[in-house]
Amino acid sequence: MSAPTLTKARTGRSVGEQAIRGLLALAALVSVLTTTGIVVTLLEEAVSFFREVPFGDFFFGTKWTPLAGGESQSFGVLPLIFSTLYLTFIGLLVAIPVGLGVGIYLAEYASPRVRRVFKPVVELLAGIPTIVFGFFALTFFTPLLGDLGFELRIFNGLSAGIILGILVVPTIASVSEDALSSVPQSLREGAFGLGAAKWQVVVRVVFPAALSGVVAGLVLGASRAIGETVLILVAAGNSPNLSANLGIEHQNMAAFIANTARADISAGSVAYGTIFAVGATLFVITFVLNLFAIRFVRRYRQVYE
Amino acid sequence: MSAIAAEKKLARRTVERGSNGERTKDLLFRSALLLCLLVAVAFLGALAVTTLSDGVGRLSGEFLTGEPSRLRTDSFGIRPALIGTLYLMVLVAAFIVPVGVASAIYLEEYADGTKWWNRAIETNIQNLASVPSVVYGILGLAFIVRGPVDIFGLGVGQPTLLAGALTLGLLVLPVVIIVSREAIRAVPPSIREGSLALGATQWQTIWKQTLPGALPGIATGVILALSRAIGETAPLILVGAVANLRFNPEIDGPFSALPALILSAVGEPKPEFQSIAAAAIIVLLVILLLMNSVAILLRNRYETKW
Amino acid sequence: MSTPHDPSQTTPVADPTDPRTPAPASVRLAAAPAAAAAPKEMAYRLKDVEVHYGDVKAVQGVTFDLAQNEITAFIGPSGCGKSTLIRCLNRMNDLVPSARVGGQVLYHGQDLYGDDIDAVQVRKVIGMVFQKPNPFPKSIYDNIAFGPRVLGRKKGMDEIVETALRRASLWDEVKDRLKTNAFGMSGGQQQRLCIARALAVEPDVILMDEPCSALDPISTAAIEDLMLELKERYTIAIVTHNMQQAARVSDRTAFFTVAKSDDGKRIGELVEFNPTEKVFSNPDDERTEQYVTGKFG
Repeated sequence: MSAPTLTKARTGRSVGEQAIRGLLALAALVSVLTTTGIVVTLLEEAVSFFREVPFGDFFFGTKWTPLAGGESQSFGVLPLIFSTLYLTFIGLLVAIPVGLGVGIYLAEYASPRVRRVFKPVVELLAGIPTIVFGFFALTFFTPLLGDLGFELRIFNGLSAGIILGILVVPTIASVSEDALSSVPQSLREGAFGLGAAKWQVVVRVVFPAALSGVVAGLVLGASRAIGETVLILVAAGNSPNLSANLGIEHQNMAAFIANTARADISAGSVAYGTIFAVGATLFVITFVLNLFAIRFVRRYRQVYE
Repeated sequence: MSAIAAEKKLARRTVERGSNGERTKDLLFRSALLLCLLVAVAFLGALAVTTLSDGVGRLSGEFLTGEPSRLRTDSFGIRPALIGTLYLMVLVAAFIVPVGVASAIYLEEYADGTKWWNRAIETNIQNLASVPSVVYGILGLAFIVRGPVDIFGLGVGQPTLLAGALTLGLLVLPVVIIVSREAIRAVPPSIREGSLALGATQWQTIWKQTLPGALPGIATGVILALSRAIGETAPLILVGAVANLRFNPEIDGPFSALPALILSAVGEPKPEFQSIAAAAIIVLLVILLLMNSVAILLRNRYETKW
Repeated sequence: MSTPHDPSQTTPVADPTDPRTPAPASVRLAAAPAAAAAPKEMAYRLKDVEVHYGDVKAVQGVTFDLAQNEITAFIGPSGCGKSTLIRCLNRMNDLVPSARVGGQVLYHGQDLYGDDIDAVQVRKVIGMVFQKPNPFPKSIYDNIAFGPRVLGRKKGMDEIVETALRRASLWDEVKDRLKTNAFGMSGGQQQRLCIARALAVEPDVILMDEPCSALDPISTAAIEDLMLELKERYTIAIVTHNMQQAARVSDRTAFFTVAKSDDGKRIGELVEFNPTEKVFSNPDDERTEQYVTGKFG
């Protein structure tokens, strides 16, 4: 019997295989180019912005009136950063307990039938466009809070902050549910075997074991809240405030960017530059938060997979 | 009652009595968790009720086919925005399906995970998935609308439908990649081995075995990504979507989309616009619900049980 | 369509070292030549084969020849590297990015790990059946037709499918439901389908990696009968954890075990390679005897 040919006879085929591999790698490169594009865009325009506006005035100034004319124009970004963080803080005050509660309930307590009903409900909440939340906050929730006796302007931080929290609930709930579900059953059984009650098992054993995943969920939620645009634009108004008063307007960085872009400004003006300077600040903050979240997610995946 | 049954009952009562305090705490904890779920559901319910009660009255054939007008609000229609949204959906899909699925295949089937550049691509995609949408808007504004990249020579310096679609496409690309990778990973390695052991090349194996097996999952991911894309408002503002366009959008010309129209209507002082915004929201939500139903249907009908 | 034959490439690759040179002393025991009555043509000649996964050596020092139209069984305790080794015989180890194969795997004189060898071509000539039946989620017909189709065959598919199913003794059971999904078959039928699928590509060798470990005794018996029929046409190597199975079907048996290296790492090693009868009645090595009599492993 003659030996069969095993050598690379079909060169055409292997060239084709290589070409396909190259094309696929090229597609994967699109996402790298996107990041590059974002960084280059932000850097380039922000650099020319900082040629006009001193660094210190931007980061340490407390008056933000970039669209005003003449003497009253000022580029202190602190109020904008403060309002952003303040709104996020209010949002997380709502989202952390509610989101964790939903996550823990779905992962540890809900029967399979209940989970089948409520998981899609949480996903539905996650899928609603944020403009809809903005409409809801402005036309329903703000008046409702007013009826309840809060001193509020039409555009205010309280209503927007609370709804911002509701918007972030699905993120925290689903990431923490994931983390809790991936805690091995044997750990629960071990604790039950020692006579612990269910709530003790959940709070003292399962929750600590899933902590890094839960933290990842919280960080992702915070990053989402910081970057939210339309809800704030619609419900919290157009001026940032270095004030703890939630009854007044609070504008975050993302909403400022959108609002400035809506006003018809000419490319190359200093006002146009603020979009990029603020955008760069926002990007850096969320980027750092995301890296933290990814780190935490990897950690819990490593432990239990 | 038999002696054994009596004994069992006694034993059970002893156990119950012994853990009575813990049981109360258990109940409290459980109720608190349930309350959280109810809060979330209540907001969802209130949102649905408000929108429906504000908007249902406005819904009519004329509302869907008419043009927007600030003056004659009773004949206000959303046709250009609706068509814009449908166009965006098609264009975004045409971009994200090939690029997203190809990236996912590369990362799952070809990339050597021990190489730093492949890990960097992976981290980068995870990161892009949570970059605020307004930042993508800035990218669209600077690069696509006003910037150096003139796609196919179509209207550089102009806010066009194509620019909007490309911006939204980049925004949801990470979602498609991440979900597609999961779907590809769910195809068992034994299927790949079986195919390769028959003398199929790697690409034949991917094209004829892995991809068909992963298709339901990929389709679900694409639909999810599309529904996120058409609900986004912030990037549209940045790339210059027109809120009240009075003619049908074209690929290389000015365009509108439902979220832009809703945003503008919400900001109008005239009270009629509240119901217009609500009605447009209902249309948008119906489209999203339809897409999600298709996704669920696909998943349930065609998912392979390995 | 037939495979285009480039005349310059049909000659086997020149073998740098004569495979018949005696093995070095350290491996001579393992390489004890089989005292077969009639000289058979050798399909494989393995020389000092070793496999690394990353920095970990999984199996080392494997030297033996596999004769054509025989069934060779690989036995040994788990972790001894028998599955790793069989996956070297058609380059399935290529799928594990960290795997490296050292030594020589000659197939009819061609080094399977030579630079100009096409792994895809290798797997066409050397088929494989896996531990768990892995039918594709397609019809029975499409499962069989997949291999010929990817190799460019378009005509006469019905005959190819029928022949393959007949050779795998499956035709009578499935001829009326060729278009139904293969997932609806029993485990034993699925495994025979996988064998039929491998046969449809017209390989010369069939490698079987514990093909019966997921099957009941009746299905196992059916597959063993099938193997005995198939060896008339094909060269077969089978990994099995079932010593009775090795004794029943194989002509020669290779016994592997786990050795401890100097630094305490566990490495798979070939202990003995002999006609099956000898391995089970009068083995050369003490460890083999202990294993086959159930005293260890």
